[in-house]
Amino acid sequence: MSSLIFLDRIEKTYGAGDAAVHALRGVSMRVEQGEFVAIMGASGSGKSTLMNILGCLDRPTNGTYTLDGRDVSTASRAELAVVRNRVLGFVFQSFNLLPRTSAQENVELPLLYANVAARDRKARARASLERVGLGDRLGHHPNQLSGGQQQRVAIARALVTEPKVILADEPTGNLDSRTSIEVMAIFQELGKAGITVVLVTHEPDIAEYASRVVVVKDGLIQSDQRQGAKQAYRVQEAAL
Amino acid sequence: MSPFQTARIATRALVRNKLRSFLTTLGVVIGVGAVIAMMAIGSGAKAQVEAAFAAMGTDLLIVLPGSTSSGGVHGGFGSMPTLTWDDLAAVQDHDQVSSVKLAAPALRSNLPIVTEDQNWTTSVTGTTPDYFELRNWPAAQGELFTQQDVDSTGKVVVLGATVAEKLYGASAQPVGQTVRIGTNAYRIAGVLAKKGQSPSGQDYDDAAFIPVTTFGQKVSGGLKKYLAGTIYVQSMPGETERAQKEITNLLRERHHLQQGIDDDFSIRNLSEIAGAREEGTKTMTTLLASVAAVSLLVGGIGIMNIMLVSVTERTREIGVRMALGAKPIDVLSQFLAEALTLSMMGGLLGIAFGLGTSSYLAARFKWPVLVQPDVIAVAVAFSAFVGIAFGMYPAWKASKLDPIDALRYE
Repeated sequence: MSSLIFLDRIEKTYGAGDAAVHALRGVSMRVEQGEFVAIMGASGSGKSTLMNILGCLDRPTNGTYTLDGRDVSTASRAELAVVRNRVLGFVFQSFNLLPRTSAQENVELPLLYANVAARDRKARARASLERVGLGDRLGHHPNQLSGGQQQRVAIARALVTEPKVILADEPTGNLDSRTSIEVMAIFQELGKAGITVVLVTHEPDIAEYASRVVVVKDGLIQSDQRQGAKQAYRVQEAAL
Repeated sequence: MSPFQTARIATRALVRNKLRSFLTTLGVVIGVGAVIAMMAIGSGAKAQVEAAFAAMGTDLLIVLPGSTSSGGVHGGFGSMPTLTWDDLAAVQDHDQVSSVKLAAPALRSNLPIVTEDQNWTTSVTGTTPDYFELRNWPAAQGELFTQQDVDSTGKVVVLGATVAEKLYGASAQPVGQTVRIGTNAYRIAGVLAKKGQSPSGQDYDDAAFIPVTTFGQKVSGGLKKYLAGTIYVQSMPGETERAQKEITNLLRERHHLQQGIDDDFSIRNLSEIAGAREEGTKTMTTLLASVAAVSLLVGGIGIMNIMLVSVTERTREIGVRMALGAKPIDVLSQFLAEALTLSMMGGLLGIAFGLGTSSYLAARFKWPVLVQPDVIAVAVAFSAFVGIAFGMYPAWKASKLDPIDALRYE
């Protein structure tokens, strides 16, 4: 049976000759549907490079990456864009919402590139925002929302295309601990709904909420352990 | 992504920086404005020249009696009657000058025309019916006088529209009434159709025409050997130059002018006069064309500059869009659409600016100005070209961004 994510001896080298930097030196990993994986590692360990490759933002120098049954390690830039649009959803540390653009329109953005009709787009964006508890903030601009709310808009944006995998790069890095738990709670719910979540973090207490922790060091996987995830609880919106 | 969505995103991005967008378009505004003014003045001048041609009659030459030169002092043309009635007959003779279609004498005198209660002094011309044909000048009311009137020294007059209006009022029907010119009474045979102004602003319609024989007898006192006026000649279509040459040769021979002696007559080619006027407006048009070219170039560079700034400013946004699934072509079209929207806005403002300039020039300098609808199409095409040509590089640069670097950009 093929896994949703299958990395086979992935290598990534930047530069050439003596100046070459081997960011990844043969990483192999399988991730199944519905898993909540935390990738941990110090800076310079290669975890960001791994995340970029998982996110189809970059291509490996060697090795094959099969995502949802498709080899994406040699796909063109335009093909990768389609994969990012259809299969993946991104959540960033700094939220990366478009400024001066309403929550609703931010969430609609990926649908725009999927050529979804306007009426359908609006309905789906609204549903997605309701799913993260922001049904009453549709018209708010990012600067009118708290950090936690902004991150939830970003999650709604990642979810709106109904992706198979959510990739979250330090999603709690700019949030306080209580809001961080909120976000973790949402991720845990997604896992139950069959969506795979891959999370990059350097905070061990955030990684506790994942069902599996992968530690990367010097471009190799140092450890890969499944664990009983700590349960996160969603606080009422009013409490935020 | 649909073109409509692309256009919408582009417009929104521009609306966010209203002042900057407006200032960026200024170059295109001036460029397109100049294109429109240039074309309006160009086609206005062309229309005026064409109208002047039509009013003068086509393929027209005027033979003027020559200049005398006595003791080194040259009199002007017409200072001495050198043309004879036999010269006219020779010019009219198709066997001698095959390139001449029609020729008619025109003897002029400024005389008052008097009715019972009005009078008006105008240029009275004695001529033949051929004159009306070669000037392409039909009667609006009544009839022109005929060869029979010429043969019988008939006392009939054909009035120009202005004269009829001055004597009888704007909507009068004066045909059949009698007017006095000098001491003689003339029956009004007809009123000519309105012809308008000559290129130099002279009113063609302020004139009256009587048979040349009557003119000779009653006005200038008997037809003599010399033709005390000019000869209007219409050449065969498009043969004015050959006609000019043939008439020159014929008259030099008839006047026994030896080589090295100046012509004692002159021939004016009216199409040349009109052409000279066209040259003048051409200079203006060329000037405006260079203003347009430079402005469009500067405007285009302005657009490119601001688009490059915009791409840099929005590097992170580009990264986000790419991460969310924007293909390189989507990013390219988005920025190209922005450049295009900028230049098209400039184009639209430029059309307004150009129309304003044209009508100002028309009013201020009394230049003929004609705005044709296809000018708008040209202006739109120009601005679209500028937008695409100068927006391509920034857009291409944006589409080539690496999503990882773009996302990391601060």
